[in-house]
Amino acid sequence: MSSVRHTNTESRLVRGLLIALALGFLFLFLGLPLLAVFSEAFKQGFGPYWQALGEPDTLSAVGLTILIALLVLPLNVLFGLAAAWAIAKFDFRGKSLLTTLIDLPFAVSPVVAGLLFILIFGRQGWLGPWLSAHDIKIIFALPGMVIATMFITVPYIARELIPLMQAQGKDEEEAAVSLGASGWQMFWRVSLPNIKWGLLYGVILANARAMGEFGAVSVVSGHIRGETNTLPLHVEILYNEYNSVGAFAAASVLALLALVTLVAKTFVEWRMQKETDMLNAELPPEKAPATAASLQSAPQGGGGELGAARRFPERTQS
Amino acid sequence: MRHSSSRRVLPGFGLSLGYALVYLSLLVLIPLGGLVARSTQLSPDQFWDIATSSRALAAYKVSFGCALLAAVVNAVFGLIVAWVLVRYEFFGKKLVDAFVDLPFALPTAVAGITLTTLYANTGWVGRFLEPLGIKVAFTPLGIVVALIFIGIPFVVRTVQPVIEDIEAEVEEAAATLGATRWQTFTRVLFPALFPALLTGFTLAFARAVGEYGSVIFIAGNMPMVSEITPLLIISKLEQYDLPGAIVLAVVMLVISFVLLLTINLLQWWTANRHSGRHVDAGAQA
Repeated sequence: MSSVRHTNTESRLVRGLLIALALGFLFLFLGLPLLAVFSEAFKQGFGPYWQALGEPDTLSAVGLTILIALLVLPLNVLFGLAAAWAIAKFDFRGKSLLTTLIDLPFAVSPVVAGLLFILIFGRQGWLGPWLSAHDIKIIFALPGMVIATMFITVPYIARELIPLMQAQGKDEEEAAVSLGASGWQMFWRVSLPNIKWGLLYGVILANARAMGEFGAVSVVSGHIRGETNTLPLHVEILYNEYNSVGAFAAASVLALLALVTLVAKTFVEWRMQKETDMLNAELPPEKAPATAASLQSAPQGGGGELGAARRFPERTQS
Repeated sequence: MRHSSSRRVLPGFGLSLGYALVYLSLLVLIPLGGLVARSTQLSPDQFWDIATSSRALAAYKVSFGCALLAAVVNAVFGLIVAWVLVRYEFFGKKLVDAFVDLPFALPTAVAGITLTTLYANTGWVGRFLEPLGIKVAFTPLGIVVALIFIGIPFVVRTVQPVIEDIEAEVEEAAATLGATRWQTFTRVLFPALFPALLTGFTLAFARAVGEYGSVIFIAGNMPMVSEITPLLIISKLEQYDLPGAIVLAVVMLVISFVLLLTINLLQWWTANRHSGRHVDAGAQA
């Protein structure tokens, strides 16, 4: 046995070498840049750093970045929920086409994404003459930036929810409805508790992208300081003005956002894993058919109990 | 319609599908269709002339060449990182695992200015490369560096779960049958990992081709030398050369769709191979 164990892994030398290679690569390409952001930001000490962050233009860029995320995320959550509900719980023609279409924005260069909306709302765009006749500004203004960010973030939440809801099946929801729950009751008491961590995961990723987006927003923004400048765009302006401390101070805020994103993401992954493990451990097969009882003690997530439910398909098919 | 919805137990099909379709159409499909429609207003000759102008060809070469090189580097090191994260134990492994996703979380503009500072001739890394005669910042090599940064998580995250799923029995069988560790890797493990590796490679490549934010700072952006296609689109826009921008965007779009299709086919292949393997293992057991 022990000889098999031994042949099943690499020699200590190879292992050490591979670990060194992997960590060296990650340090060079991920670790150093992260360190450099903060090192450059604090190059002249805390005073200039705080001063750079307190600039009215920087503050207004922070505000605009948060505002765009706040406008985009709720719409994206609704879209993700709707798309995942239709795709995971129902059968219809063109379902796989729809799933592919949702991924489309991932494949489009951000610059092309920005251009798309210039062609619609820009001065030479389809709606351009009408918009300027009615004095409505979309390109080089907030609405254009919101729309471009909406385009870029389309796939994030739907992609997390579709596989999750597909794995969970529809037995629990069908049980809830046949026990007399209304659509809203079913959604709030059964569906949402089951997908809450997956949803949160998608929101975290979508938020990071929405706040950090550069290319698409850059094309439609017009770069008006204090007006249509998000924080990533502001970083560019300061950098191009050779205001290194200012640029890296603003960048450090975004780097901090990235670190918070990573921590939150890891926490949510850990919670999802824990719930799955707990349910798998906790659920002896003979207890599984008590679906009605478990429905009332509501909040469960993960795939565990659903795996169990699928072992008794005849129960829910009636 | 009435009939089919009465057979469905769950509510909300029409509402959810309707909202999803309207959202997707207004935001993605109509704008993309609009771009293609605008490009057809040009004659085929005009289109071809713009699409194959020398500056455009140089930009494709920079975009695709650098993206390819970066994706190859990412495939090699991504495989090593994924392998190390799944198979070995070392101090801080969980932290490193979480850290791999940094490029997904860090805004590209931040990556761009930071990498430029690091690889400039006074930077932490550039300082050591300068005496060797290697210039990274403001050359195509700088573009490769930025694209490597952007692509790291794609390969690691597609290969990692596949390595986790490989059953120990397969390797043990190979070892019992007298294979050396290297033979086991090349003949047993690598073929199992290959589809996932190729998927990760294609994802990293697709992302790198369209990348803008992290590249423009480090590239130097010299026409014909270090100008990427997305930047050329922007400079056409800034010169009010809308047809030029549209043609280049359509070219990029077509290539993106081919890549997306490839990724989907690869994923389908991976899934099939994978389930095939499980069936085999089950039959043997």
